[in-house]
Parts: sequence; C-alpha cells; structure tokens
Amino acid sequence: MAHAHKLEILRGLVKFKSNTQKIWGVLVLLTIVTTVEVALGIYKPESLFVKILGMKALNWIFIILTIVKAYYITWDFMHMRDETKTLRRMVVWTAVFLICYLVFILLQEGGYIEGIYSSGFIKRDF
Amino acid sequence: MSSTTVVKTGTEGKAWGGGNRPLNASYGKMMMWFFIVSDALTFSGFLASYGFSRFKFIDSWPIADEVFTHVPFLHGQELPMIYVAFMTFVLIMSSVTMVLAVDAGHHMQKGKVTFYMFLTIIGGLIFVGSQAWEWATFIKGDYGAIQTKGGNILQFGQYIDDDGTQKFERVALRDIAVTGHGERVRNERNNGVWFLSEGTLPTYTVDEVVNGFEANENVLVRTQLLDEHGHKTVLSREESLQQLKANSTAVIEGANLHANEYGSPLFADFFFFITGFHGFHVFSGVIINIIIFFNVILGTYEKRKSYEMVEKVGLYWHFVDLVWVFVFTFFYLV
Repeated sequence: MAHAHKLEILRGLVKFKSNTQKIWGVLVLLTIVTTVEVALGIYKPESLFVKILGMKALNWIFIILTIVKAYYITWDFMHMRDETKTLRRMVVWTAVFLICYLVFILLQEGGYIEGIYSSGFIKRDF
Repeated sequence: MSSTTVVKTGTEGKAWGGGNRPLNASYGKMMMWFFIVSDALTFSGFLASYGFSRFKFIDSWPIADEVFTHVPFLHGQELPMIYVAFMTFVLIMSSVTMVLAVDAGHHMQKGKVTFYMFLTIIGGLIFVGSQAWEWATFIKGDYGAIQTKGGNILQFGQYIDDDGTQKFERVALRDIAVTGHGERVRNERNNGVWFLSEGTLPTYTVDEVVNGFEANENVLVRTQLLDEHGHKTVLSREESLQQLKANSTAVIEGANLHANEYGSPLFADFFFFITGFHGFHVFSGVIINIIIFFNVILGTYEKRKSYEMVEKVGLYWHFVDLVWVFVFTFFYLV
C-alpha cells in the first residue's frame, strides 16, 4: 500500500510521474486558490455583491474555494486518495453530515434571533 | 511444523478474524483518523457558534478588513489580508515539507526525513510566532473608541477629500483628546478596600475624549451598524454630539474578553478562543514533531523498518493546516 499512490488529480486532467511531483503540483494548486481568495478579499468587487440563495456571491466563492482546498489537503496530503473506500467514507461522510447538520441548526437559530431583534419588540438600546 | 507454540485460530484470511487489517490501515493510523474526525467536530462546533453569533448580530458585526490591517515592520500602512495570507502560506508550505518527509519515509531515506521534518518544525514555529504577533496587535488596538451604556461602540473619523470623492478616514483618540487637569488614579488593593482593584486605566477619560470631539469640528461618530453597502453608519455632527454626551460610559483601547474597540465583544471572544485553540494545536503539533524528529535522528524508525510514525504525526499536522483553511475563510474573508 505504501508505494501505491494514485498520481492523477482533477479527474485525470493532470497526471504526475512521481509522488513527490504530485505534492509540488498540489502546492501550486493550493497557492493559486489562496491567491485568488486573498485578491478577492482585498478588492471585494462590487459586482459579486449580488445575493445568491440568501448569501453574497463573493461569500459563496470563498466557501467553495475553501472546500476545494480542504479536498486537496485531505485527499493528497493526508493520502485519503490512497485509502480504502470504506475508511474514506467512514471518516468523510460522518464528518460532513454532522458538520452540515450543526451548521444548519445554529445558523438558522442565529438568523431567527436576528429577526427578533430587528422586527420584534426587543431592541438593543444605545 | 516447528512452530508448535503458535496458536492458530482458524480465521486467517478472513476480514474480521483479527490479525489482519480490515481497512488496509494499521490500528494507529485508523485511530489517528478517528481522533481527527472528533477534533474536526470540536472545531466545527466553535466555528458554527461563531456563525450563530454573527448571524445574530449580522447588521453590526465588525469588518475584518478594518481590524487586521497590520504587517510587521510596516508601520502606519493599511494592508488588510497581507500578513494573514503570509501565515496561511507558511502553514501550507510546512504541510508540503511534512508530506515530503512522509514520502521519504516510505523510501526509507533517513537523511531526507530528518531534513524535511526540520523544515516542518521551523514552519510551525514561524506560524505560532506570527499568531502571537497578531494577538498582540489586536489586544493593543489602534484607534480607540467609546463604549455606550448599551455596550455598543462609537468610533471616530472624518471625511477626507480623495481625488474628488469623499472618503471616511478613521481618527485615533490620541489625535483628538484634550488632556484635562483632573487626576484619576488606578485603584489598587493597597490603597482602599483590600479586595477591590481595577485593571489598567485607558489613556484618556471619557470627558477628555468628549471635549476633544467638541474642539475638532470635522470629526464625526461612526456606529457599529452596517448600511446596505456593508459600510458602517456615520452620524451627522449633531447626532454624534448628542450620542456622545448622552450615552458614553467608557474609553476602550484595543481588545479583551469584555470589550473591544472594533465592535461586538463576541468578535474578540471568538477570535481569541478559536485562533487560540488552533494555535494550541499548532504548538502541540510542533512539540510532537520535535519528538518524532529526534526519534528519526536516533534511528528508531530505521530499526523498526517503518516510518509509519512520521505518517501519523503527518496526519495530525495536515489536519491543523486543514482547520486553518477554514478559520482563515470565516474570520478574515467572509
């Protein structure tokens, strides 16, 4: 198992000759993604302030790029790509399900309380 | 058969019979994965509760770009994101050297493992040091603000003409405050009731700031509330004066767990708690890396004929990087 690395990323679009080469390739990818994030974070283009599904397009881009980075860190740096399917699912599906559930309830509740503050009788006094 | 002492269970070759690796992973590695899952849930609990508080105060949350604007050795320049981008890059880079060490371990190259482990430790130390600096800057603060009776923050600034457009620029307390003649001494345990004392007093009193505000005609108050463009609301001169006189209670400089000059106290609380917990992970990761580093030098894994231990600490180290990717997004970007 130790030497059997899968050497392609982006669904076979990029193939590497050795594991070391793949590591540097993934670094390049992560650096590009981070640079895009930082550039968008500094300039915050007004055109990306449109709301999609209740959130700014810019924030959607940030979150999606973060998940892309998380994917490559887990799959290539932590060698998830080389583990058995069962181990991978045990770890990833469990975590993803529980995190989505938790985030959903907490954000829903936070938004509800915000609604109480802004449209109900309770006000924050100055 | 010569090995008569070996007890055979008759389950050899069966997946769950014991003695083999059902998921093709060793016990230690699998347990490291399970630990990572539970730790990931802890971190997501923290980040989700940060999201909860932020959604609760969505119309008045501090703007991260205005809070983290400093870069070491570049005083007085507003450079949001730059330093934290550098920190992120350092951590990703140390992740890369770690995975290179793991790879060298697979090929039993002791020298390379040692070298890459060393680089990983250096990267971790740079990151922890940067985080300490970030904390120190955040605690010290830069402009200062006034806290109101309701616990809200009033900041100061004025409109500057910038190539024909009006631009709001922050003004620090030290630029406007008029130092009065009154004397307010810090209460310590030795000069009063023995169990009563107070923390460090702010540089200026509320009166000094209010007097200073009256003396500077152009200065306006900026509240925590965000307008529809995502900018903080700036009050008119009359409203500013009225707010200041009616509601000011304390001068806030920098950040602590009770109040911070950037806005909602929860912002600083979560910042300290989440980046602190992450920083503690990095710190313990560095310690574990150092232990493994010395084991590599001593030849422990060479004797064991397997560098799997490097792989296991590697998993932990990458996990720390993984968490930072999320902290970075939710604290600095979104």
